[in-house]
Amino acid sequence: MELVQLAVPVLFKGLWMTLSLTVLSVVIGFSLGLLLAIMRGSDRRAISGFARYYSIAFRGTPLLVQIFLIYYGLGQIGFIRSSPILWWVVSEGSRCAVLALALNTAAYTSEILRGGIASVPAGLIEAARACGMSRAMVFRRIAFPLAIRQALPAYGNELVLMVKGTSLASTITVLEITGYAKRLMSQTYAIFEVFAIAGVIYLVLNLALIGGVRLVERRMMRHTRPAKERTFAERPQVA
Amino acid sequence: MEFGWYSVWEGGWIGAILRGSAVTVAVGVASMVIGLVIGTICGLVKWREIAGLSQIVDLYTSVIRGVPELLIIYLLFFGSVEFVTSIARAFGFTGLADAGYAFVITVAAISAISGAYSTEVIRGALAAIPKGHIEAAVALGLPSRRIFVRIIAPQMIRIAFPGINNVWQTTIKDTALVSVVGLQELMRTASIGAGSTRSPLIFYSIAAVVYLLITLTSQIGFNKVEATLSARKGA
Repeated sequence: MELVQLAVPVLFKGLWMTLSLTVLSVVIGFSLGLLLAIMRGSDRRAISGFARYYSIAFRGTPLLVQIFLIYYGLGQIGFIRSSPILWWVVSEGSRCAVLALALNTAAYTSEILRGGIASVPAGLIEAARACGMSRAMVFRRIAFPLAIRQALPAYGNELVLMVKGTSLASTITVLEITGYAKRLMSQTYAIFEVFAIAGVIYLVLNLALIGGVRLVERRMMRHTRPAKERTFAERPQVA
Repeated sequence: MEFGWYSVWEGGWIGAILRGSAVTVAVGVASMVIGLVIGTICGLVKWREIAGLSQIVDLYTSVIRGVPELLIIYLLFFGSVEFVTSIARAFGFTGLADAGYAFVITVAAISAISGAYSTEVIRGALAAIPKGHIEAAVALGLPSRRIFVRIIAPQMIRIAFPGINNVWQTTIKDTALVSVVGLQELMRTASIGAGSTRSPLIFYSIAAVVYLLITLTSQIGFNKVEATLSARKGA
């Protein structure tokens, strides 16, 4: 009991860092991933090739290698040392972790979104083009909403992997849940108890995340359910 | 920088990296094989919905898949070091923290992780087998072992194969995590090299390239087997 009183506040301090790492890297990573997914569909070989090899490189190597390369490796390069902005990013653990996680999830996100975009029936795109929509508008109004609906379950899994991925930040001196847990384990020797408390925090976090994704999915798929099962807000509002 | 590449060659690091890569592949293969055994047993339990056991398997897979791999590795390493050394001391052994011990715990940790993911893949594959096939086999009076060997297993393997490929890819990448607890595999060798030559950029780049080679070559192998498996279905 004494241990719980000691460990819980410490681990909750780590929770804040875990959440910030996740949110920042997911926001940056999703934008990059969307960009890469669009690049994959480009007619120019150089652009689609870059997106393809980016995804192969980041999905084919462990996240830990990417984090170490950024944290230990990039600081050796001269122009990064001399550029104040790049040095600001690379000189500190949590910023390196966000960079590595964002670049990593961008690769996976691009694959997930690409699958979603590929699932959009070609006839819909053609119809929208025939109606006179510009390519950007077709993407915004037709392709993207349908693609995201298709891709959402897979993206939910990727979000869980991101929450788990933030634990690697502890290897580059960032104190998040796993970092604090490791410290507590070596201080108290209560290894299983600390694991159990930290594990429960992660499980609750991931369950909440999956629940949130399911809710969004339900809302996006509301047209597939009979009207009486929908909540009032979900019903089409007739003017 | 020029000095860095020279020191990689001169310091005999190429051999060390090759040895580390061999350890990484060995850990990956061993963990994958054990993980598949765990996955097949647990997948069958979940598919048949055996009361009691099924709930335990559910708990196992959701804990492993919901908690960071690093935390699981810390639990098994720090938890077992105490336990094993106390047993060893009772038998008069000291200094157990040698390579063999680290290897065993590493394989245990990574197998537990890949086993949980394999369970889900295999359960999904079993659920995708048409019920009629099994009913037909029962109606023909085949004994249940032959139903498994002849009807269930061949379809299960074919349907599960792409998913198993994914599990293998994550398993080989997960092996990098055990470097933080000291097994001298590829990542650990790269870290030691990076520290002693002061050129982390070169050493971690080499590690990245080797991991990429491992994942890409195994991807090609998996694709070949998958093509054979689906070709056989067509015949």
